Amino acid sequence: MDTPARPASSERGAPPARKGWRRFSSRLRTSAALIGGTSLIVGYLSIIVLIPIAAVAAHGFSFSIHTRGWGVAFWHWHLSAGFGLFWHDITQPAAISAIRLSLWLSLSVAAINAVMGVAIAWVLVRDKFPGKWFVEAFIDLPFALPTIVVGVVLLFLYGPASPVKVDLFETWMGLMVALLFVTLPFSVRAVQPVLASLDGESEAAAKSLGAGGIRTFVWVVLPSLWPAVLGGFGLAFARAIGEFGSISLIAGGLGRTTAASSYIYNLTQGFLWTNAASVSTALLVLSLLILIVTNVFARRIQRRLAA
Amino acid sequence: MNHTTRKWSLRLVVILYLGLLVGLPVGYLFVKAFSHGFHAFWLEVTKPDALAALKLSAEVALIAVPVNTVVGIGAALILARRRFFGSRALIVAFDIPVAVSPIIIGVALILAYSRIGWFGTWLSSHGIQVLFSPIGIVMATMAVSLPYVLRSVLPVLIEVGKDQEDAARTLGAGAFRTFWQVTLPAIRWGVLYGVTLTIARTLGEFGAVLVVSGNITGRTQTLPIYIFDAWDQNFDVLGAFAGAVVLASLSIVALVTLSTLRARERKMHVDLA
Repeated sequence: MDTPARPASSERGAPPARKGWRRFSSRLRTSAALIGGTSLIVGYLSIIVLIPIAAVAAHGFSFSIHTRGWGVAFWHWHLSAGFGLFWHDITQPAAISAIRLSLWLSLSVAAINAVMGVAIAWVLVRDKFPGKWFVEAFIDLPFALPTIVVGVVLLFLYGPASPVKVDLFETWMGLMVALLFVTLPFSVRAVQPVLASLDGESEAAAKSLGAGGIRTFVWVVLPSLWPAVLGGFGLAFARAIGEFGSISLIAGGLGRTTAASSYIYNLTQGFLWTNAASVSTALLVLSLLILIVTNVFARRIQRRLAA
Repeated sequence: MNHTTRKWSLRLVVILYLGLLVGLPVGYLFVKAFSHGFHAFWLEVTKPDALAALKLSAEVALIAVPVNTVVGIGAALILARRRFFGSRALIVAFDIPVAVSPIIIGVALILAYSRIGWFGTWLSSHGIQVLFSPIGIVMATMAVSLPYVLRSVLPVLIEVGKDQEDAARTLGAGAFRTFWQVTLPAIRWGVLYGVTLTIARTLGEFGAVLVVSGNITGRTQTLPIYIFDAWDQNFDVLGAFAGAVVLASLSIVALVTLSTLRARERKMHVDLA
């Protein structure tokens, strides 16, 4: 065989022409790079996100993994004892009221912004008026603004020293305004592209058959928007139930207006790590549950639409 | 109600909602920060503690953004071109930080790496302190800003397809040359978009950093925490607003960059079509 004297590192020549050892070594290098790259990425992800989240769940459910070691024989006992403690932590009156507050606030905020999101997306997609680009630019502002900036501004705009004489300090309405602000882009941006991709044919058909504007919207447009609206609802809910920065100041120090994330933060300030882990686990499960449920519903609707 | 009144009332509702919910607070931020004139604002921004916070924020961003960019592009390259066991799980795992409260991310890092955590004893015996230190701040920031590059590059990479890469390979280009001269130019707007989002998220992160940092003035205070502290501990309204204006201006710059990039991307698609 007359192999040209080229350095092995350069891969000249068309791939099909490569034979034998060269093809093998090239494949070996590609898969080595792939496996190496993937394991680097998975390793980074594990250190930064996966191991810490696992640590929260473990601390939440079983209080003594670290101090009593990893003995397999003790595992079952630990887990059951830990579950009792977990239940005890999250059924503290303060914990229950914080989780309940976060839950109903997040649900209503996601619902309000789902409705407003459809309205805003409709205006952005179907309407034309001077200055529309400005409205369009406003939508992403809550996403780009750091949460603590939102928190400071809302505290002074709607706090005790309000220039517009609206004092929402230490009320649930103050929290609601903050959460409506930060979740707005999720609700709008979920619906907008779907609305833009609808062709006007079925709408035109409905109109030509004599259906009014509202009737066309409810029976023709809305059914195809549902999956997107639900997706936006899920994202907004997940964001709202974990939100901290924007509500941390306007919530004040009352237990009545302490949301779940603020409650966890207060626990960490008292170095009550086990309690913090339990409530965090409960919150993780809740937001996971909502994301799964909205996803399942959105998919089911999509399948029904396709059929 | 006829068509025109319906259109106008919907328009009015939307503009009122956006104006009251978003426009009023953002406008008020700038009015309040400059209420004592530009000089007072400048004095607040150039205070030593504020400058130290700004410097720490910049340093954290200088570490977190490049690392997350490289990881994001690498993950996107692998996930767009290969299907393997667990590749969908990997995409979901990248999205965890978006769905989880920043406070929980902070708690999670402490329960894994601080003195009381899983690896705390081992780490501290090697002289690494995560809690109350810049290392913890960098880790928290990396975690919350992780998904954005992958999320903006992956769809572009899938849409571009691998025809051009295959052509380059066939013509004899190596893997690196193919990446630099074919793949990267094709995804450059997506990468820039993701990097801008990552920078914005990095500079603004508050909850996770607050839990991890321990909030030591001048040493572990990033700019968002400085703002929180200015009001919460020192009742320094002007200081808080001055810091908030600096951060808000940075994020508005990011926003303008993003909308320009989105316009570029749209134009590129038109060119291709």
